[in-house]
Formats: sequence, C-alpha cells, structure tokens
Amino acid sequence: MSGLYRAAMGQINTDVIQGTLDLLILKTLSLEPMHGFGIARRVEQISRGVFKVNAGSLFTALERLTRAGFLDAEWRSTENARRAKYYTLTRAGRKQLDAHAAEWRRRATAIERLLSAES
Amino acid sequence: MSLWRHAIRGLRVLLRRTNTDNELDDEIRQYVEEAVAAKVADGLSPADARRLVRLETGSAVGVREAVRSSGWEHRLTTVIADVRYGARRLRRGPSFTAVAVLTLSVGIGATTAIFGAVRAVLLDPLPYPHAERVVMVSDSTPQGEPLPATFGTYREITHRSRAFEALAPVRDWQPTLVGAAEPERLSGERVGAEFFRALGVPPLIGRDFQVDEDRPNSPLVVIVSHELWRRRFSSDPAIIGRTVDLDGASFEVVGVMPAGFSNALAPSTEIWTTLKYNTIFTAEDREWGHHLRLVGRLRAGATLHSAREELNGIARSPVPEFPRVPWARLSNGFITTSLLTDMTRSIRPMLLDIFGGVVLLLVIACVNVTNLLLARGGQRRGEFAMRAALGAGRGRLFQQLLTESVLLAVIGGAGAVAVATIACSTIVALAPPGLPRVDSIRVDSRVFGFALLLATAVGTIVGILPALSAAAQDLRASAQETSKRHGASHHRLRRLLVAAEVAVAVVLLAGAGLLLRSIDRVYAVPIGFQPNGLLTMQVQQAGARYRSNERRSDFYARALDAVRAESGVSAAALTSLLPLSGDVDIYGVHFEADPGADADGAAMRYAVTPDYFRVMGIPLRTGRLLTTHDKAEAPRAVVLNEAFARRKFPAGNALGQRLRFGPTEGNWYTIVGVVADVRQSPLDAAPPDALYVTPEQWHWVDPSMTIVVRGEANATALSPLIRRAIWSVDKDVPVVREATMASLARLAVADRSFALILFEAFGLAALILVTTGLYGVLSGAVTERTREIGVRSALGATRQAVVGLVLRDGLALAGVGALAGLAVAAAATRALDALLFGISPLDPLTYAAVVALLLAASAIACISPAYRAASIDPSVALRAE
Repeated sequence: MSGLYRAAMGQINTDVIQGTLDLLILKTLSLEPMHGFGIARRVEQISRGVFKVNAGSLFTALERLTRAGFLDAEWRSTENARRAKYYTLTRAGRKQLDAHAAEWRRRATAIERLLSAES
Repeated sequence: MSLWRHAIRGLRVLLRRTNTDNELDDEIRQYVEEAVAAKVADGLSPADARRLVRLETGSAVGVREAVRSSGWEHRLTTVIADVRYGARRLRRGPSFTAVAVLTLSVGIGATTAIFGAVRAVLLDPLPYPHAERVVMVSDSTPQGEPLPATFGTYREITHRSRAFEALAPVRDWQPTLVGAAEPERLSGERVGAEFFRALGVPPLIGRDFQVDEDRPNSPLVVIVSHELWRRRFSSDPAIIGRTVDLDGASFEVVGVMPAGFSNALAPSTEIWTTLKYNTIFTAEDREWGHHLRLVGRLRAGATLHSAREELNGIARSPVPEFPRVPWARLSNGFITTSLLTDMTRSIRPMLLDIFGGVVLLLVIACVNVTNLLLARGGQRRGEFAMRAALGAGRGRLFQQLLTESVLLAVIGGAGAVAVATIACSTIVALAPPGLPRVDSIRVDSRVFGFALLLATAVGTIVGILPALSAAAQDLRASAQETSKRHGASHHRLRRLLVAAEVAVAVVLLAGAGLLLRSIDRVYAVPIGFQPNGLLTMQVQQAGARYRSNERRSDFYARALDAVRAESGVSAAALTSLLPLSGDVDIYGVHFEADPGADADGAAMRYAVTPDYFRVMGIPLRTGRLLTTHDKAEAPRAVVLNEAFARRKFPAGNALGQRLRFGPTEGNWYTIVGVVADVRQSPLDAAPPDALYVTPEQWHWVDPSMTIVVRGEANATALSPLIRRAIWSVDKDVPVVREATMASLARLAVADRSFALILFEAFGLAALILVTTGLYGVLSGAVTERTREIGVRSALGATRQAVVGLVLRDGLALAGVGALAGLAVAAAATRALDALLFGISPLDPLTYAAVVALLLAASAIACISPAYRAASIDPSVALRAE
C-alpha cells in the first residue's frame, strides 16, 4: 500500500465514522456497481437509518478510494435515463474489503465481549 | 500502484482544473436530483424535497471544496496561489523589490562564493582513494613548527612503525629535459618507491616504481605526468621502455600517471624518479639533512590519532639499531597531520576568518531586508485587515507573508548565483600563490544548491519577524484606523534592528581595520636589505659537464664576470639561497663553545660571493663582511645574522668564536662578522637564523645559484642582457625564476593582501547597507512624525532645530549600535589573531576610526530625511489628517 494512501488512512482512521464509511462504501459496491446517491441510499436502507451519509464526506471518500485503486469509475446511463458516475469495486478493492471487514469483525467481537463482561 | 494513481489524479486536477471540477459538479448535481426524486417518490412536494435536500447536502460548492481539499494537490494550489499573489505584490512595489533583491543577491552571492572557496580548499577530500588516510609526517622545531625530516629519521620510522601501509620520502627535483625540442626545465620530485602507493593512485600505463629501483646505483627510471606525456611525447603509448635524457643522463620511462592525477604536495610536478639514498651513511651525509617531506598512507584501521601516538612513542624511545644525530634527535616529537591539513595549514585561519566576515555581511543584508519588509508591512495593514475580514486566519496570513519573503529571497538567490560567479573568478584572480586547489574554486551544481538552500533559509529568517508582526496585529482595529500614526511597536522593532545592524557593521569594519593596520605593520618590518632595483634569476647547471666542483665554480665565476661586464649593471652577486623566495636550506650548527648542545641545531645556509651584502644592501653590524680572500685554502670564515648572534652570544662576544656547519668533518669556521637580519619568508615570521659563507669555503659547489643584479636604472630591462651574458659562457644552462626583489616582497604579503581586500569589500558593502538601512528608518520616522514636526514648527521651532531633531535621532541610533558593536568586536576580533601582526585585537585607534566612519555614514543617512523634515509646511502638516 502506498505511503500516500497510508498517510490519508492514518488521518482518517482516527475518526471512527470516517473509517466506517470506507468499509460501508466498499461493502455496498461489492454487491453491484452504483452511483453516489445509490450508495448513500443503500447504506441508509441497510443500516436502517443508523448511518446518514453526508454528501461531502461521501464524495471525498469516493475520490480517496478511487485514488487508492480500490474503485473504478465510469459515466453510464441510469435506469431513469440520466447520466451518472458509476463506481465499481476493483480486485484491490475487494481485497481491501475482506481485510477491512475481518479487522472490523475482530474489533467488534472484542468490544462486544468487553461490554458483555461488564454486566 | 496507488501512489502512481495519486500522482496522476492530482496532476490531472492541477492541469485540467475546469474539466475535473465540471465532472465533479455534474456528479453532485446528479446526486442532488436523485435525492430530490427519491424524496418526491416518498410523497414530498418537489419544492419541499428540494429544500430538504439542500439542507442535508449543503451547497454544491461546499461539497466540491471538501472533495478538492482532500487531495495532495490542494496544498500545492494554495502555495501556487500564494506565490502568484506574492509575485503580483512584488511587481507592484518595484523599487522595494529591487532594493531587497539586490541586497539579498549581494549578501547571499558573497556568502556562496566564499563558501565555494572554503569548500574547494578546505572541505573537499583530496582526489585520492581514502584520502583521509594520507598523512604527512615531519620533524618538529622546539617551537612546534614543522621541520623537514631527514632520511635517517625516515629509515627509523619505516622499520619501527606499524601504522603505515606505505611511507615515502619526497624531495624536489628540477631536471632539465633534453631532446628534439629545446631544453626544458621540469619540476619534478625524487620519491621513495612507495610514493604512489601512499597516494593510492597507480600509473595509467606502464608500472609503478619497484623497491629495488630506489637503491643506490640502481637503473634510472622515471614516471611522467599525463600532461608531460601529451606535451613532449605526443601521448605515444610506446613511451614505456624508452629513455629520456635528463641532466645528461638516460632515464627509462616506466609509467605515465592518469590525466586527473593531481599531486597535492606540489601541483606543478610533471616527473618523478626514485630517491636512491644510501641505507648506510654517516652524520656527514645528505641522509642526515633536513630536506625530506614524508607522505604516508595509514593502514586500514589505523587512525591519525593512533599513528601520532605511535610515532611520538618512537621519537621518545631511541633504539641502538637506529642511532640519531644531534640535529635529528626527535626530542620535540613528530608533527603528524592529514595531507589536507598539512596543505591548508597556513591558509585555514585566513579562509575561516573571511568566511566569518562574509557571514556578518549576510547578517547585515538580512537585517536590512527584514527592516524593509517591516516597513512594507506597515503600509499594507489595510490589505491585511481586508483579507482578515474576508476570512483569512492568522496562520493563513503568516503563510502568505512568509511565501512572499521566501519568493523574494529565491529571486535574490538567482541574482546571488550571478554575483557568486563573478566573485568566484575574482577570488581566483586575487588568490595568493599559497592557496591550494585554487582551480577547483567555481560555481558548480553543489554551490548552486547551496545558494538556493541559503536563499530559502534567508527568506524564512527575514520573513518571520515581519510576518509575525503582521499576523499579530489587531486586524479589526487597523481596518477602522484612518490615521498614519500606528505601529509604534513595530517601529521600535525597526529601530532596534538598525542599531543591531550598526553593531554588526562595527565588528566587520573593526576586522577590516585591524587587517589594514597589520599589513601596514608588515610592510614596516625591516626586511634587512634594499629590495628596490634588484633583479634576480636562478642559474642551473645540468649535465655531465658540471659533474666536478671545479667545473661548476669556473662556470659561476665566468658567468658572474660576464654579467658584471654588461652596461647598466652596477653590481651583481651569487647566492645559494634567495631571501623571500620561500626556499629553505637548513643545516645543523655545532658551536665549539658548547659541545653536544643541539638546541641551536639548525640555520639557513647562504653560500654567497663577497659582493652579495653590498648588492643586497645588507648592513654590517660588527666585524667584517666576507671578502675575496676567503678562498678555499684560507681559514674558514662565517658571518652570522644579528638575532642568531645575539641569542647565542648575549655578551656580544660572537666574533672569533668557532663553529661547524653541515657536515661535521673539516676545519672549524671562525665567526668574522655579524650582519642585519634578513627575512626569508614570509615577512611576518621571525627572521631565521642564518650563516653566510663563501661558495669556495663550503663543502661543495651548489648545482644552482641565484644571481642578484643591481641595475643603474630599471632592473627589469636588464633581463635580456643578463641572460645573454650567462649564455655567452654556456648557452645550454637553464635560467629560471626571474623576479624582482620588489615583486617577491609583494608576494610575501599576498595572503594578507587577499584577506584585506575581501574584508575591505565586505566592510564597504556593510557600510552602504547600514547607511541605506538607517536612511529607511529615519525617513519612515519623519513621515510618521509629520504632524508632530508641523506642530513644532508652528510653535516656533526653527529649521535648525528640526534638522537637529532628526540628526540627533539618527546619531543616537547609530551611537547605541556602535557601542554595542564595540563590545562584541572586542570579543569577536580575537578570532582574527592569526592574521594580525604587530597589533592588538583591541587596537584603540582602529576602533575609534571605525566608530568615526560609521557615525559619518549615519550623518549622511540623516541628510535627506532631515532636509525633508525641515521643509515640512506646518499648515499642510496640520491639515493632513
């Protein structure tokens, strides 16, 4: 992984929501290619409204992930005949998703265990 | 590969900003439309949906900026914008920019040039593999000065020391090459067989010397320089194995050195042969003469320190296998230094002082530019306030101003490269002959890099204070301000800086003044003879014809007669050693009065024809001079110099005392006279002990002598006549090293003149900078005090009073600075100690002159502001606000 990306991730990973956003985007795109709004809506739906995606953060994250080589993007027509920029997960993106998800599960389990031990 | 993507995407954004922005805008627009459509589908009215989405998403521009500012290129665009803005500001104030850039160019350029010289001469490693392992070893005088070593000492070291991989003695050799072309005198060296191994550079073609070629009566072999090979042998590779005729003997060429090989010990050397000294010798032999330089290469793992320890241990513990003679007892230990240190020994303190001087100049230049920036910052308060009102934070403002000053300095740095190029060639042109590696002083990429780095550093340093001062102001307050009476604190800062600048200038000028006084003192040193009207040239005998002493003597006698017979020559004499020539010819001295003592072990030997003293104008102190009666068969007579006689015979009873000199066999010399001290070289060193004998009474006849001619008129014009006269005796003898005594006297102070010229240049530049700096501050002060001065004049202050007001202000500033400067100078000029002569670093006259000079310059700086203040019309001034 490049130094630049690591530097960017290092900054962002301190922010839990930001780190989560990358994971959510990667996961959402692993199902099918989607445009920006599609991703936002899907995240909201699946999380049952727990996560609201801010447009500025979303596009910043998309730009960052594209630069890191995890996403590809191309302009295509939508189902209602508008033109939109569709993002696709690359092979590197899929790898990143697996690593990211595994890491996330590991932490979540640990936190869950800590929380249940408390009670 | 994502670094690559990062770079490409960033560049695309930078280069095709509009395209990428449009694309992002399209994407955001599409997002908004989809969001609205989704809300409408959920049952909201289109207007409500649009409002809600706007609320959630924020403005499209905001989103775009959020995305854009996340890329690496964002930082760059900010800097580019700052640079552009800065460049515009600099263009808008052309006179400010010109003055600042010029000041920085001179400061940075001068520093860069001197740095280039210091680097080339002192810092760059010598062009040998592991150059740090090449060391010089010499004997030491009781005063700790290096003394050439003897072969006996060399032999002892090679057998006892473990520190060296190779160690070789070196002595000068000036053979005359005879061949198809006309005879040419070459500068060469006789060296031990390990010489090239000590330097670590093998011959390019052919081979190195072999150990058995360094034995007496072994075959005569030479190695030639690449340049000589090219010049005399047309780069013919078949030269190896051929013989060349040197001094009438045939030498086989065994090697050619590579083109880049430079012989740091003597850069002009073109030919090397082996030394061939005997391994069995007595105290009378040349093997015990102090005339060898020893160059060695340390073994891997040995350090200079360990070698020094080992050699001094050897010096302290004589062993019976290696008996020593009284004048080479090594009782003062060895002087062991790296070759680089040895080469730069005499020049290092001077160069470092010059570097110190130029740094002071740079400091003054920086302070001046800082002051200019502060003044400009004062004028730009409105602009800063506006930017702050539009949302620029203090950090942003600070960054902007720093960018401007760095930009200014980098432009100055470009000018500095031009200044440095000129300065470098000036340094090379002025360089004293003792400055090693002069030809490598030039502006190359590394010096260029230094200039750029220095410019950036200078830009930051000069920018920090003004940027802090601007960013720290209460910006809202200044936005509302209409009066020009503001910034009292930053004005105090400017005055403080100008005073500091004056202080630094005092230090620099005091240095220049002390050097000037020193050189005057050096010139005032009695050199012991009359240099004017003397022409000298060295006559060398070469070849089989001059093998015998009789032949040599005969030639000298006839040549001298021939020269004397020329019209225009009023007197001529021969000497084996010429004062101020830099040559050294030292022999052990042994007084009858104190057998066994070796404290006065050595003295310069002058074998001179009796006329020498009269021709040179060396006054007799007591006794008699040498005469034509002091022939070979007469009782041996010797003349001492005054200092030697006084030290050895404080009672004044030198006459009639007897001594042995050089080889210890034969009759004693009787002291018949004492003459004035003569400086050998350099002028400021103590006069060396000297002994004069006639050539007939010396142990052998010198193969080369210097003829000294006093002309009736212009001595230089006699040159062709003298050469013709010498060649009328033998047309094949080389006549070399022609010089007037006056030019040798000038050369003897060349180091000092060099340092002085540079310090004077720095001092002058500093004076100009300080004057303009002071002018700037005073002029600003008058502008700000327009109202006050108007009130004063309205209340009846005369023009004189107003002029006095400004003058007092300026002189008080300069005075405070000068006082502080005196204190600093008193401490700092100690660093010049090595360059001073006959004068204390605290010389009151110098300091008084420097302060007077600075106050005079300050008064000049006051003239224009004072005049302007005096012509303020009270009615205009009072209406002005």
